[in-house]
Amino acid sequence: MRCDFADSLLQGYFDGELSDRRAAEFERHLRNCVHCATELVDLDLLRDSLQLAQLYEPATASLRRNINARLHAIAPTTAASQPLLWHWLAAAAALLLVAILLGRVGHGLRSDDYQTELAGEIVDAHVRSLQSGPMTGIASDDERVVKGWLDGRAGFAVPVRDFANNGFALRGGRVDVIEGHAVAVLVYERNRRPINVFIWRTRQQDSPLRTGSQQSFQWVDWRKEKMEFCAVSDVDPVDLEQLHQLMISSALA
Amino acid sequence: MSELSVEDRERFEQLVLPHVDAAFNLARWLLRGRSDAEDVAQEALLRACRFFGGFNGGDARAWLLQIVRNTCYTWLEKNRPMELSMEFDEELHEQTTATPEALAIIADDHKRLTLALETLPPRFREVLVLRELEGCSYKEIAAITSIPIGTVMSSLSRARRQLYFALANSSQGACP
Repeated sequence: MRCDFADSLLQGYFDGELSDRRAAEFERHLRNCVHCATELVDLDLLRDSLQLAQLYEPATASLRRNINARLHAIAPTTAASQPLLWHWLAAAAALLLVAILLGRVGHGLRSDDYQTELAGEIVDAHVRSLQSGPMTGIASDDERVVKGWLDGRAGFAVPVRDFANNGFALRGGRVDVIEGHAVAVLVYERNRRPINVFIWRTRQQDSPLRTGSQQSFQWVDWRKEKMEFCAVSDVDPVDLEQLHQLMISSALA
Repeated sequence: MSELSVEDRERFEQLVLPHVDAAFNLARWLLRGRSDAEDVAQEALLRACRFFGGFNGGDARAWLLQIVRNTCYTWLEKNRPMELSMEFDEELHEQTTATPEALAIIADDHKRLTLALETLPPRFREVLVLRELEGCSYKEIAAITSIPIGTVMSSLSRARRQLYFALANSSQGACP
């Protein structure tokens, strides 16, 4: 016999879609309903399985090529061709530069190619967050509020700490997508500059701090307790290392 | 009708093209194959391009995914109409009781999860893909699939149960 709540509030609660009032109502119910408690555990397992299996399939290179080709075929030509040509030449030059730079990085860090590529994606995500819309899905300096919002969406227990006393003020959090995976992001502010800390689950061993820079942004990356952390910003690299220290010594990360 | 101004094309590139991954992923799971997904996602992107004048500047991903979904369903109706009336036999599956442990063992088995997800009828498969892989909110899923938010919630509930049972069965070797 299933519980009546199972089809309605339970799903919304699990997905972090209930209003505070409804969530509190469900939590009261949860204390006395073994069925819903068990089902929540099952839902967690199911979400874990889906996340771990990496089912997301990003667009193929040929699809991107075809779309770009078709898009250019249907856009007007004559009047705009001149500025557009320059536009594309500039883009091509920039790509070439990136290719050269990547080639160099590749030689120096061959064993860490993957890491470098990943850091590139994360720096891109950082840049996206600066360019479009609000940086936070939840804007709050309250650890519990941010954690409550993030946990449901990221699908794991996200360690959230405010370090305002140390000059790293928590501004909120959001969920971003890196390589097709949902990643929790904590947003801090240091000397009025934003810092994004990307956090996702990993099956890899703990690792010490690695640092690097791309597109004039600094990143620091470490793994601890089956989670990987990557902080990105244009603040002083020393500041990012300090944030790393704070996070690992807060015993949460 | 397919003429786009340079301005519109740039806006399209900025707003819509970043969601090509999302478009392909949804098509891949609705059509259960990469090759068909590539064709249909491309067609959907071109339709989006043509309809771009009607885009009111809201959530570009939801707007694009709605077009992708419609294009996929049109394709399925034409090429594989049986799939749209496909049902998942919940009663049959519920007869097998699997422990959470059984589920955990296959937790990271890509192939089994893929097969299990593909046994779900499209309307349940799509809400799971949008929620779990694409990270859409209920509101976004409602907009993409044109169903009320309450139905999103109950569809997710059924979809998750179906997937759970499909996985539990596959871990017992009932449907390899």
